[in-house]
Amino acid sequence: MNADKVLLQCKNLTKMYSSGLIRTKFVVGAQNVTFDIERGEIVSLVGESGSGKSTVAKMILRLIEPTSGDILFNGKNILSYDKRDYYRRVQTIFQDPYSAYNPFYKIDRVLDKAFDLRNDHHLSDKRKEITKSTLKSIGLNPGEVLGRYPHQLSGGQMQRILVARSLIIGSELLIADEPTSMIDASTRAGILNLLLNLKKEKGLSVLFITHDIGQAQYISDRIVVMKKGEVVEQGPVDEVFVNPKNSYTKELLASVPRLYEKWEYT
Amino acid sequence: MVKHLLEIEELKGYYRGTFGVVFGVDGVSLTLDSGEIMGLAGESGCGKSTLAELVSGSPPPLLHYEGGKILVDGFDIYHIDREVLRTEVKCKRMSYVPQASMESLNPVKRIRDFIIDVVKERTGKKPSREKVLKMAGDHLKKLGLESWVLNRYPLELSGGMKQRVVIGISTLWNPKLLVIDEPTSALDVTSQKRMIKSLLDLKQAEVIESMLYISHDITSLRQLCDRCAIMYCGKIVETGPMDDIINNPLHPYTQGLISSVVSYDPTGRQKGGLKSIPGEHPDLRNPPPGCRFHPRCPKAKEICKTTEPPVIKAEKGKREVACFL
Repeated sequence: MNADKVLLQCKNLTKMYSSGLIRTKFVVGAQNVTFDIERGEIVSLVGESGSGKSTVAKMILRLIEPTSGDILFNGKNILSYDKRDYYRRVQTIFQDPYSAYNPFYKIDRVLDKAFDLRNDHHLSDKRKEITKSTLKSIGLNPGEVLGRYPHQLSGGQMQRILVARSLIIGSELLIADEPTSMIDASTRAGILNLLLNLKKEKGLSVLFITHDIGQAQYISDRIVVMKKGEVVEQGPVDEVFVNPKNSYTKELLASVPRLYEKWEYT
Repeated sequence: MVKHLLEIEELKGYYRGTFGVVFGVDGVSLTLDSGEIMGLAGESGCGKSTLAELVSGSPPPLLHYEGGKILVDGFDIYHIDREVLRTEVKCKRMSYVPQASMESLNPVKRIRDFIIDVVKERTGKKPSREKVLKMAGDHLKKLGLESWVLNRYPLELSGGMKQRVVIGISTLWNPKLLVIDEPTSALDVTSQKRMIKSLLDLKQAEVIESMLYISHDITSLRQLCDRCAIMYCGKIVETGPMDDIINNPLHPYTQGLISSVVSYDPTGRQKGGLKSIPGEHPDLRNPPPGCRFHPRCPKAKEICKTTEPPVIKAEKGKREVACFL
């Protein structure tokens, strides 16, 4: 694989959660997780709840430290980056947009604060201009969201603003941890299409974490299937979801409800 | 005339509080025959759960019944004595399983003690312990649970099992109608499938006759419903057989909803992009005049802005659509 193309590499990533001081118990969060994300690629991490998807995301975001294993970003260990510098490159959208905002501040401040992470110092007029054009580019009407408080916006709008924030910062990798699970079906497609557009136009890489196979199939280039903390299968989307090799993947795919077909019960 | 198991006519239920009046359910008519599984779909905030709470006969404090009729097996539940409602209708004829009900098990009681409490409360006398446990064990078996579940505490069970225990308890008296609100929304795909299968088994075993299944997830409704109603902003916009709704949606809202569903296709990636419905669900405190969908509707005409569309029967009366097509 071309080293220039690889943005993020996870190598034998393991996380053991321990509890108890004297009789310490260990719970496997993730074990020997190895996968790569290339530039301009959307990789989906799928699995049931408790399979370790979010543990991997948190380790990439440096929110928890791996027990063993390395994460390389642009070929360098992520722990060697300055935190500020790292978060300039890697940003996230969380599952729950409603709790990601400080309810006391207007949206303007959230977006304005994003400029502090940038290297170039713009004057406030220039900042406003960039904010507006960024909002427009992701399909939000600046007049509708600027000057408002988070509670006045819908879940879909809030998620889009988080995306706008990471665009202003100019991040290279977006970690999206179940970004659509709290959004209605009718607006969900909009978020997915937005991520696809950003990938096409700006070459953004996305690690998309979901338990929804349909969404993963729609959005991804490659799929990583996890079970109980381990990667059981990974590969291009059309291979993993059309001709699954692992028995767990097969079982998982068989239990996904489909729109135009009914299940056969055996 | 055929007697329907559940008959809802022009039902109105509003939330009243310091925040004003929220028109949760605003003139809904629906019928459900014996032996049918009816799905109710829509976005969050469209009034699906409000409708279920009204059908349950005991709406939460701020929700008020404002008119219309609900007949459950011939009982007009808002015009009969509360005691008759409690003893004759609830559990015997109709059971309601609310959303997130799996958290309603008592965490400090074993499942068996909880069931004994429920039986005691309903029958008014202390039941024989062995008899109840035998009955409960047999009953849970129909849902695919082993009888050791009875000796466990709720926290020792998985989400899917707890959900099935709750459904088991609410169907102990073999109700004719089960009203169930989002039973699978907190579950994984694999336990979701098991859940739906055990609901179908329950019907097969003639524990329940019919079901009103509420979910925002059309793909899972698809797996078990015979008919489906699509709700938008406190009103039902379309009803009809499940297959027809999926394959040939008539109302513009249903069309939008179906085209925005992301579903897994085992033959490869779907052709054609997904479309989302522009705009967002209106606030139920001041719903738009005329057709409630007109601000988001791609086919809106002048008349839609002022006049509420009538319910039209289509395809030999099998389907009903509220739109000026």
